[in-house]
Amino acid sequence: MISLSQVSKRYPGGYEALKDISFTIEKGEMVFVTGHSGAGKSTLLNLIVAIEPPSSGSIIINGQNLSQLRPAAVPFLRRNFGLIFQDHKLLFDRSAFDNVMLPLEITGFDRAEAAKRVRAALDKVGLLEREKAMPIALSGGEQQRLCIARAIVHRPSILLADEPTGNLDSAYAGEILEMFKSFNQVGVTVVIVTHDEQLIERFGNRTLHFQHGRLAS
Amino acid sequence: MSRHWRTLMSTLRRLAGTPIATLITVSVIGIALSLPAGLYLLLSNLAQVSSSLEIQPQISLFLKLDAGRDAQRQIEQKLKSHGAIRTFRFVSREQALKELSASNGLGDLAAGLPNNPLPDAYILTAKGNDAALLDKLRLEVSQWPGVESAELDSAWARRLNALLELGQQLTLMLAVLLAFGLIAGMGNIIRLQILTRQEEIEVSKLVGATNRFIRLPFLYHGALQGLLGGLAAWGIIATSTQLLNISVTRLASLYGSTFRLGGLAMNDVAMLLGISAFLGWLGAYLAVSHFLRHFHLSHH
Repeated sequence: MISLSQVSKRYPGGYEALKDISFTIEKGEMVFVTGHSGAGKSTLLNLIVAIEPPSSGSIIINGQNLSQLRPAAVPFLRRNFGLIFQDHKLLFDRSAFDNVMLPLEITGFDRAEAAKRVRAALDKVGLLEREKAMPIALSGGEQQRLCIARAIVHRPSILLADEPTGNLDSAYAGEILEMFKSFNQVGVTVVIVTHDEQLIERFGNRTLHFQHGRLAS
Repeated sequence: MSRHWRTLMSTLRRLAGTPIATLITVSVIGIALSLPAGLYLLLSNLAQVSSSLEIQPQISLFLKLDAGRDAQRQIEQKLKSHGAIRTFRFVSREQALKELSASNGLGDLAAGLPNNPLPDAYILTAKGNDAALLDKLRLEVSQWPGVESAELDSAWARRLNALLELGQQLTLMLAVLLAFGLIAGMGNIIRLQILTRQEEIEVSKLVGATNRFIRLPFLYHGALQGLLGGLAAWGIIATSTQLLNISVTRLASLYGSTFRLGGLAMNDVAMLLGISAFLGWLGAYLAVSHFLRHFHLSHH
């Protein structure tokens, strides 16, 4: 569950990226977040994963109030999330397999069990055959799917995707969205940030629409 | 545990993957460490020589060659009643010549003398060991009638000891300075490592890595390079000792001695390696911690 209450974010210099935002995303919900660039979508993601603190208001993730979180507890909060980035953020010095292994390595998972999970995640995104490939050898779509495999491998309760279909053609984008839907159907909360209105219409989920840092109704 | 093993292996691979850079770093650390460690070894060798010498201070009282029996008897009386003198023994000039002939390397010299040039002498030991008192005593007895001169035998041994102490202090200071240099140097090497692996750190933090997790590979990197530097220093010292021993043994044999430079003892080597690995680790720890304090994620 993600709950924001009267959250604002002002940057030094006076720019106000978010103004008085309140909403709740229930456990198991799938929600789109949309708006023009500069509307505050990215800031919202940064606040939710505790990359930066809000200027005011409170954010509660799975019952934890972020403002009461010690810095040392932040890594453990982040393990609730599966993060999917527009630019993938893959590590190019290691294979597809090792990229997906990273979140499990961090939690100190048993190596053999972890390998099974990595293969299961790669299988889910259709990259099992490419586990030994280096990311540089993968196409844009494959890189995006590798990023998704890394996001789901530790079975997070919340998937946060930032423009996951940004660089993909619409057929491919639909495929990725279907994938998210299947994760949602097994109980994962899914939040997708996108400016692709067509996609939103096709899926018809609840949409949070941002405009100049405010939540439009 | 398996993470430590894998980190160790990947660090070794990383070091082997950049052989030139690793070689340069390890040589620099090795040379820097071999300076204080080599000095330490040299000093402990010298200390061994000096400890085998008689440090119990003796005053040699040489009589005038023309001092008669009366003068000698008077001197002996004074020595007996002097409060500061513990023991004394008389060494006649004949006896002194015999001892000289028997001593190493000087026998030929003694045999070649036309007549005995040596004076009668008394060898005294004092009750105290205090340098000022000994010197006062030496001065006093040297002014007695019939006395040619008096010498404090242990003076040079004490000077050597004082010099050794000074040398040890200088070595310690050098070691401390170089340790700081090594920590700073290692910190800089690790800083460069961090810059090439910044993406990895960023992604790791985003997927929930603790600072401890991020630090570990860099700590291994620092400690391993320190350890390799320590091994290099050991190699440098062992080789230098071998090379020096060729000259040292030749020099010693001229003095009729079988002295040769000892190498580093096993516990000294363990200490050297331990300290070098620790300094590498510490430099890495400081560099990563500094980086993490100032590193801010931004997902764009």
